[in-house]
Amino acid sequence: MNSLVFLIQQTMIFFVPLMIVALGAMYSERSGVLNIALEGVMVFGAFWGILFINKFQATLPSGWVLFIAIIISMVMGLIFSVFHAFAAINLKADQTISSTALNTFATAFCIFFARVVQDVEQVNFKNTFRISKIPVLGDMPFIGPAFFQNTYVTTFLGILILFISSFVLYKTKFGLRLRSCGENPQAADSVGINVYKMRYIGVLISGALGGLGGLVYVIPTSTMFNSTVGGYGFLAMTVLVFGQWKPSKIFFAALFFGLTKTIGAAYSGVPFLYKLGIPDTVYKMLPYVATLLVLTFASKRAPGPAAAGQPYDKGKR
Amino acid sequence: MNTKKKRKMFRLNSSLLSSLIAILIGLIFGIVVLAISNPQQALNGIRTLLLGGFTAGGIKGLGNVLYYAMPIIMTGLGVGFAFQTSLFNIGGSGQFIVGAYCALLVAIRCDFPGPLGWIAPLIAGMIGGALWALLPGLLRAYLDVNIVIATIMMNYIGMYLVNFLVKNTIYDSLKNQSLPVPKGNTLPSAGLDKLFSSSMANIGIFIAIIMAVVIYILLNKTTFGYEIKACGRNRDASRYAGINEKRNIILSMMISGALVGLGGALMYLSDAGKHIKVVDVIASEGFDGIAVALLAMNNPLGIIFSAIFIAYLQVSGFYMQTYRFTYEIVDVIISVIIYFSAFSLIIKQMIDKYRLRIDKKKSGSQIPEKEV
Repeated sequence: MNSLVFLIQQTMIFFVPLMIVALGAMYSERSGVLNIALEGVMVFGAFWGILFINKFQATLPSGWVLFIAIIISMVMGLIFSVFHAFAAINLKADQTISSTALNTFATAFCIFFARVVQDVEQVNFKNTFRISKIPVLGDMPFIGPAFFQNTYVTTFLGILILFISSFVLYKTKFGLRLRSCGENPQAADSVGINVYKMRYIGVLISGALGGLGGLVYVIPTSTMFNSTVGGYGFLAMTVLVFGQWKPSKIFFAALFFGLTKTIGAAYSGVPFLYKLGIPDTVYKMLPYVATLLVLTFASKRAPGPAAAGQPYDKGKR
Repeated sequence: MNTKKKRKMFRLNSSLLSSLIAILIGLIFGIVVLAISNPQQALNGIRTLLLGGFTAGGIKGLGNVLYYAMPIIMTGLGVGFAFQTSLFNIGGSGQFIVGAYCALLVAIRCDFPGPLGWIAPLIAGMIGGALWALLPGLLRAYLDVNIVIATIMMNYIGMYLVNFLVKNTIYDSLKNQSLPVPKGNTLPSAGLDKLFSSSMANIGIFIAIIMAVVIYILLNKTTFGYEIKACGRNRDASRYAGINEKRNIILSMMISGALVGLGGALMYLSDAGKHIKVVDVIASEGFDGIAVALLAMNNPLGIIFSAIFIAYLQVSGFYMQTYRFTYEIVDVIISVIIYFSAFSLIIKQMIDKYRLRIDKKKSGSQIPEKEV
């Protein structure tokens, strides 16, 4: 039973950032812009958030530090994604290429900047944000320890974002317009929707959520940040495909990947898995192999937004 | 008409020009960042960035440029080849390291006599790379799997797998890396060591250049190359014309992987003290290959020059560390260059429009012929 609780707590740590970033990617792709730059956006957002924590942790109360760091990460992620939006929407550039450039840029720039301000590339921080137990809820049998002990505010923030996204996408005028721009921008334009504007909004939301996801990923898993999120932004893209671009399915897809990642990272803490004697490498490869397998089955079934990846050209028929 | 043709002769090709513009913007950005981050050392930093390959390292630095250009010519060729079929092979890192491992395994464990000692490992590297690219190719051709995500996943799987295999077959446990290649099985230096006074350059740079020429001929002078390109331009039209697009996707990925794998083999078979380190980091050469290919607009002959340029920057970045500049500034510059080369289409259009206007002015009232 204890292993199961441990497994669930660990899964939450990996699952929440994946879901947040995948939801971000959903906004972008639903509006018609591929955003493979999310890996870079995560790095960039997390970097500024963690740098803030590093500088102000000693002076401000920990709740405020986390709150402001979240805001900073979201804003920086948003600003970073403007470059992708500009390239993809205004200049009609190849979206994969500009994404690749931004991914390289984020890591290189953050390492460079960290070295300039503090001489080493690792940004250290103390993890003072863990909530050891939420009153009342944490006392429930099984559910309490699994979901309401050793948890983070960000976990619940992630769930909140899931519900809001689901509502926005399907129940609001904005959601309908966003989706139409990703399916048939010409038709959307013909009824007076500003395709460029909707696409900008989609990419910017994905940037904000990507930055947040970066911070949420780094805080529980480490005590220092060296400008990498280990391919997490790419995993989030897969979650999006596996989740068929729908919030509710993204939730389950992220849960699945969170679990495989947890098994890969923390199998030695689960006696049952540890005793199997399977080499370390197999566990480390697990999330990536699972991704490939899942894609194999999921790709044919869900084609995704029809116009995703194509620049919108008003003159084209 | 004649003067017009002449004028065209002296003009730079507009895609070359747009690449040069991207490089210029990238360098300017890098210089600005250098100047802001450390004003005292900025001048030294900029000088090293621009002339690093010559000044700091002398003739030896130039030889090192060729050594670093060798693997990224190959990864660039691989990425560029897949681009011709509009497949974005971002999995160069995985193919590179798998190719390198296969080459090392053959070089260390099977002792072939004479020149076969290094030729056989090179072939093994190509096969390794091709096989590592085969799976994403199959998935793309038959199951419509997104090639970008599939190849990225193969990068991580390849990295972990090679770490595991190195540990179990060719492991130097003291240094946590692969065993050194036996002296007789390293790449011959072909006189380049004397030319560049004991640098790391070797016969590999010639192999890389020959491969670039071979790929150029394959793409531009053969039916197979035409089919590959046709599949990239318009998949439906090429299927209608009787081209087997699935077969071409798979072949294109395999050739791409073989080229990248050969790059890994060349790099690790060089007698330059490079070993596969057992760390959880994916090989950067695969990503450098993307930059190289984009900068050259996938032209195999252009790739030779863009790879030498990127390698030059890398060597400069190495020497810039003497002025306490972080090496990553080079990656910053390269990423800015790629970002702007993504705009190449727009920049090209702007150049063409501008030139057309000049032509109009010069030819007076005459209506210029439409440029093709």
